[in-house]
Amino acid sequence: MAATQVRGQRIPRLDAPAKVTGRAKYTYDVDQTSDPRLKGMLYGAILRSRLPRARIRRIDTSKAEKMPGVRAVMSLVGEGAEVQYAGEALAAVAAETWEQAKDALSAIEVEYEPLPFEVDTDRAYEKGLRSSPRVERRGRGEDGFDEADVVVEATYRTPVQIHTPLETHGSVVVWTGPSQVVVYDSTQVLFSVRDSLARELNLPPENVQVICEYMGGGFGSKLWMQHYTPIAARLSRKAGAPVKLMLSREEDFLATGNNPDAVQTIRIGAKKDGTFVAFSRRSYGTGGVGGGADLPAPVYRFPHLYLEHVDVTTNAGPAAPLRAPKWPQAAFGVDSAIDELAAKLGMDPVELRIKNDPSEIRRKEWQIGAERIGWKEKWRPWGSHKGVLRRGLGCGASAWGGGGGPGSVAEVEIFRDGSVVVRLGTQDIGTGTKTVVGIAAADGLGLTPEFLRSDQFRVYIGDTRLGRSGGSGGSTTAASVYPAVYDAADKALARLKEFVAKKLGVPADRLVSQGGRIFDKQNPTKGLTWGEATRLLPTEAISQRGEWRPGMTGSGVAGCQFAEVEVDTETGIVRVVKVVAVHDCGAVINRLTAESQVIGGVTQGISFALLEGRLMDWQTGLMINADLENYKLAGAFEVPEIDVVLLDMPERGVIGLGEPPIIPTAAAIANAVANALGVRVRELPITPDKVLKALGKVPS
Amino acid sequence: MGKGRKVSGGVTRRSFLKVAGSGAALTEVLTGCRPSAEVAVAEEQPQVATKVSVTLRVNGKSHRLQLEPRVTLLNALRHHLHLTGAKPVCDRGECGACTVLMDGKPIYSCMLLAVDADGHEITTVEGLAQDGRLHPLQAAFVEKDALQCGFCTPGFIMAALGLLRENKNPTLEQVRAALSGNICRCGVYTRIFEAVLEAAKKMQGRA
Ligand code: FES
Ligand code: FES
Repeated sequence: MAATQVRGQRIPRLDAPAKVTGRAKYTYDVDQTSDPRLKGMLYGAILRSRLPRARIRRIDTSKAEKMPGVRAVMSLVGEGAEVQYAGEALAAVAAETWEQAKDALSAIEVEYEPLPFEVDTDRAYEKGLRSSPRVERRGRGEDGFDEADVVVEATYRTPVQIHTPLETHGSVVVWTGPSQVVVYDSTQVLFSVRDSLARELNLPPENVQVICEYMGGGFGSKLWMQHYTPIAARLSRKAGAPVKLMLSREEDFLATGNNPDAVQTIRIGAKKDGTFVAFSRRSYGTGGVGGGADLPAPVYRFPHLYLEHVDVTTNAGPAAPLRAPKWPQAAFGVDSAIDELAAKLGMDPVELRIKNDPSEIRRKEWQIGAERIGWKEKWRPWGSHKGVLRRGLGCGASAWGGGGGPGSVAEVEIFRDGSVVVRLGTQDIGTGTKTVVGIAAADGLGLTPEFLRSDQFRVYIGDTRLGRSGGSGGSTTAASVYPAVYDAADKALARLKEFVAKKLGVPADRLVSQGGRIFDKQNPTKGLTWGEATRLLPTEAISQRGEWRPGMTGSGVAGCQFAEVEVDTETGIVRVVKVVAVHDCGAVINRLTAESQVIGGVTQGISFALLEGRLMDWQTGLMINADLENYKLAGAFEVPEIDVVLLDMPERGVIGLGEPPIIPTAAAIANAVANALGVRVRELPITPDKVLKALGKVPS
Repeated sequence: MGKGRKVSGGVTRRSFLKVAGSGAALTEVLTGCRPSAEVAVAEEQPQVATKVSVTLRVNGKSHRLQLEPRVTLLNALRHHLHLTGAKPVCDRGECGACTVLMDGKPIYSCMLLAVDADGHEITTVEGLAQDGRLHPLQAAFVEKDALQCGFCTPGFIMAALGLLRENKNPTLEQVRAALSGNICRCGVYTRIFEAVLEAAKKMQGRA
């Protein structure tokens, strides 16, 4: 990388002005004023099963077809089909107004034959609606416990979560020719949507263009093409008009993915001095009608390990990865159990962790975090806090991959008037990718942050007509796109340098581009400004493509968090006072947005710890909190001071950061609550009723 | 207006009274819990709603629209005036993403019928920047990185603007209270608080 860099500075995101003015057109927003091809756009809507399991005896769309404004109606299931969860798609309509589309849904007749169902994880487990156990063993497995002096065992529970991106799922489709289709999709994976839809519609992928310049959050639930995209495409073809099909909030809750729950019985065995010897976990959870409720192994050093997992099938929508999928649940279990062990051993929980942590980086981070939260001064053993309002401290660990790889083709164009255009078919899901792309190009070209934010610098992403790039999942985007863009910029600069070299009479390899000037490194006063240099171009522009280069990225991050809470022992209300989040991501590309990622992860972690959870009524099989009033998310009053410590380790290269900050928060909060109370709530969310039960103030 | 739950696919709270009157929708809701075969019967065809004339004054401009009376202010702005800054997120007054100012006060535009906005002065996020210059609140959101995906952002900005019109020098707690009707799933609240406090300072300096 170049010597002086934009990388590592605080760069406000390039698309922020568009977002704060309402100019940004999300999938939900596009219409004929943003794309004239959408003139005459219809509104699509989907009718969904209201029973958790049923056979569809009859579905009659004839009345809906005659409704005012209705232009297309489709049954999505045949008669006799079996639906497996409330929320499964049955039929779809397109109408001239949104209101007419909703009317048309209620005119579709469906005759259901109800079938037995189960939506409760424990009841389904008891009934045997479960997979055979999957087992993983290391060392001597459970036999290893015979080496332990001390053993703790407990069961921890976490609920099903819903991703709830603010922009619901949906697509807008317009056929621009008999076999040409343009799709706006709120997605984390432009090219995979393109390829999947092409397959579904039997078109060559080049005939499908997918656009997502702005996207209102996904958190893993928009990582593949979902059912509504081909439905919108078919409605559009049938109606002969563009169709916007955005799901309602309720549909988003029921049918676009969820994060499985977990019931984990954990045992930890240790020596008297605190050295861990064995870990075992028996777990089950439900990914609804899909699987995928398994959990990762702990990050701590355990010579003997036994993991056994069972997936439970319930009549609920299929699971989808949610930011650091499976890790926050696992961390809640493991780090809670470690604190229980620390209490039994009479050890300081931070010391116990450092002793058993194989990661050198995280061992350092434990110390930084402890210092920032004031652990030495404030921490007191469990049970020593008295009074109505009790404060406590806790901590938890995270770990993630975050590496990148080949597959991105970036383009950098330098114009004679000095302007620069960067193009890459990646997507910005709120993580700041567009700005990362810009920084990579600015660094490759030796330009300044001011130039990067000026009108002369333009970044285009979010369109499959641009160079191919991968999906935004697994925190791999930064480490995948940065090297490709840097490579393209570097090559474009090399071409520009040829003209400068000729002009200055200096060999090109002696030229350096830095701070908006290209100059002779042996005689820095001899040089040209960026504008003077680009005016030498013999054509309107030069353009270069770049691909991922090895050597610029790494993988494997650590991280830990500390929480201070205050619990009201009369009301059971937990208030998070402060969270210290210590994370690393190799080379920090944009300190401002990287910190925001951490803040966002912590805030979602607070939601998970204290508020969130899908509630299913086992008698009706319906979700009873499928709305933003009753599905609780952290709001302005729940968010404490968040102290972000981001280690910059340029020598490790670029590594992703999106996911790890959500991992340890709930564990740290649960441990802080247990520390404050002297008794532990082993089930998330830690709501006031559970706190009062744990205190014995209300019957359990 | 109560927070009526959606009771069946395609039936929104606005059409609920009308639809429930026919009995069919209720049958459907109740039979959801009954373990016997049942039929969800189609509605009587809803009447073609007559449109009414509405004049909306938005960001200083008047627009005459012919709308069905059930069209919300949010949908009138988005579908009929193509002002898509206010976002539909919950469509039932739970998230604040659709916040606009009506006569200077923040309201949830999804919870107001467009006809009821007739004669009032509506300000949307599109109306804040002047001659391409960001409003100090917008500028503070940019500089403090008070957004990630940005889908909640217009709503937060309008709610904050409502606050700053009433209270030029709010405390952090007052900012929290003013924004407690808005949800940000990306979780950038602390950045938003910073941005609002910063903007308050800047706006006072300017005044
Ligand atoms: S969309 Fe109006 S409050 Fe949520
Ligand atoms: S920035 Fe994404 S919801 Fe607030």
